[in-house]
Amino acid sequence: MDNVVLLAVDGSAGSDRALDHALKRAKTAGSKLVIAFVIEWSPYTFNTPEENAQRHERREAEIDRANEMVVAPALARVTGEGIEAEGVVRHGQPAETLIRLARDHNAAQIVIGRRGQGGLKSLIFGSVAGNLIQTAPVPVVVVP
Amino acid sequence: MTRVLMLLLAAVLFSGPAHAGIDDAINNFTAPIATVIGQIVFFKITIAGAELPLVVLWLVAGAVFFTFYMGFVNIRGFGHAIRLVRGDYADPDSAGEVSHFQALATAVSGTVGIGNIGGVAVAVTVGGAGATFWLIVAGFLGMSTKFVECTLGVKYRNENPDASVSGGPMYYLRQGLSERGMPGFGKFMGTLYAIGIFVGALGIGNMFQSNQAYVQLNNVAGGALDGYGWLVGLILACIVFSVIIGGIKSIASVTEKIVPFMAVFYCVFALIVIMMNGSAIPQAIANIFTGAFTGEGVAGGALGALIIGFQRAVFSNEAGIGSASIAHAAVRTDEPVTEGYVSLLEPFIDTIVICTITALVIGTSQVADPNFAGDATGIAMTSAAFERQLSWFPIPLAFAGLLFAFSTMISWSYYGLKGWTYLFGEGEMGQNGYKVLYCLFVVLGCVVQLGPILDISDALVFLICVPNILGLYFLAPIVKREMQSYMARLESGEIKSFRH
Repeated sequence: MDNVVLLAVDGSAGSDRALDHALKRAKTAGSKLVIAFVIEWSPYTFNTPEENAQRHERREAEIDRANEMVVAPALARVTGEGIEAEGVVRHGQPAETLIRLARDHNAAQIVIGRRGQGGLKSLIFGSVAGNLIQTAPVPVVVVP
Repeated sequence: MTRVLMLLLAAVLFSGPAHAGIDDAINNFTAPIATVIGQIVFFKITIAGAELPLVVLWLVAGAVFFTFYMGFVNIRGFGHAIRLVRGDYADPDSAGEVSHFQALATAVSGTVGIGNIGGVAVAVTVGGAGATFWLIVAGFLGMSTKFVECTLGVKYRNENPDASVSGGPMYYLRQGLSERGMPGFGKFMGTLYAIGIFVGALGIGNMFQSNQAYVQLNNVAGGALDGYGWLVGLILACIVFSVIIGGIKSIASVTEKIVPFMAVFYCVFALIVIMMNGSAIPQAIANIFTGAFTGEGVAGGALGALIIGFQRAVFSNEAGIGSASIAHAAVRTDEPVTEGYVSLLEPFIDTIVICTITALVIGTSQVADPNFAGDATGIAMTSAAFERQLSWFPIPLAFAGLLFAFSTMISWSYYGLKGWTYLFGEGEMGQNGYKVLYCLFVVLGCVVQLGPILDISDALVFLICVPNILGLYFLAPIVKREMQSYMARLESGEIKSFRH
């Protein structure tokens, strides 16, 4: 397996802490980082014809924004420290998409920040980190 | 807002029958116009005592031709259609674009209208139980027509400078026919269709919907809204106005999300009512089959039943009208034919599933009690059939009807608008003019009686299918080529499923 670490980011404080951790690990182990932003999206929703007609430009805009606000700054910071890295932005169900990305990039590990939401909230909305731990094919590091 | 509502309420309470006159006046004015338009479009030839409107023959001939020409794609493509909708062939890299499921759901929301509740009752009243059989046959054949038109809708769609997409028959007629060496003809047909769809949207997608929504509301209100069609229409028009002009998209989004659940809710309770009429089921099914071939008690006999069945089926699933291809065109795919497969499911859901269930609710009730509905027609008849077993059901039915009507009105306002912008460009003024006109027709629909409304709607809709189907004949070889090439690559494993 390659020495690749998949880092999930979403611009939150938790994802910043995950970035710190992944950076440290990459430095010590000399790994490559794949910085991934998953935009939550489901193919099974109901839309108006107008929403569908504008979907393509919306998607582009969403990807651009994720890149601009979160992925590019993280990339700049990581490469600034001399670590090899690439960024990806994908639409999909977060845990599922991260797992697919981990497979595609032959990642040895997934690093994700904890949202730290309480019982009820995570019961309703689910927890990406929780899902990942249950289903990922590689070790998952959840940064508190 | 509250003040306006209070004023409206006061108007209702204190004005008394004076305002009932408004409904009558508008009705008297519109009815003769509808009759004339109806007579022109539904030019009938008489065969063996049955009157056959040429335009119905036109649609049936098209559907039969495409079914054979595409090698029964409606049966053979069914399984693949379901796999496509499930996302088996969706490339994860293009996640975030409109999925097959979303395009189908949007198109189905547009077609599952109040016709599925009220239109079927009309079919059974006029064409007898046998009309149900032909309704199903028409739905089945219509799947092939949809396949052809939706494939073309995606293949020849137009990408606007702002990266949004516009597609539909006007685009495939223009570009497709020009590709086949008939640019002048294509341009003419595209224009003809665009005129048809923006005028037709006012009928099938608008007046018929608001009319039946009002009828059912009045029905559950115990007739308290008699003569106040204009008021119900006005309120409905205000909501439509706020969405299509005011840009209050949340109303439309919410409706889109509730409609599928309402459709499931409707089907579940329809099945319950059918079960409750259990002992009548065998007789009701027998009536459908015997009626289909004997046409007992129907003007024109079996042929009469067939004509009515086909007419109502097309009115409900819109196959051959081309409207759905406008909605399906939003999908981004390298294989336009995949959207054709997906669209097969639309007449299936709309006509073969939902309409048939409605027909069985009515049919089993008729067997149990031939006079259950009195002289009610349309949605009032369907409502009476439910009420026999579930006394509370007319109220949720009115709600479901309103929602179906509303979502269909929103979808069709979009279809109509696409016809308008095709002709007159994207100018803001023109678009808003069209939208205001659209809202006025919502009011009109609630005021005029069902008969003239059906005449006008049917006439307008069928006018659209003439250029559309004619164009489809010319373009069918292109679709066939695409289909064969796609199928070959699917079988050879070049096109792979992404589901492991």
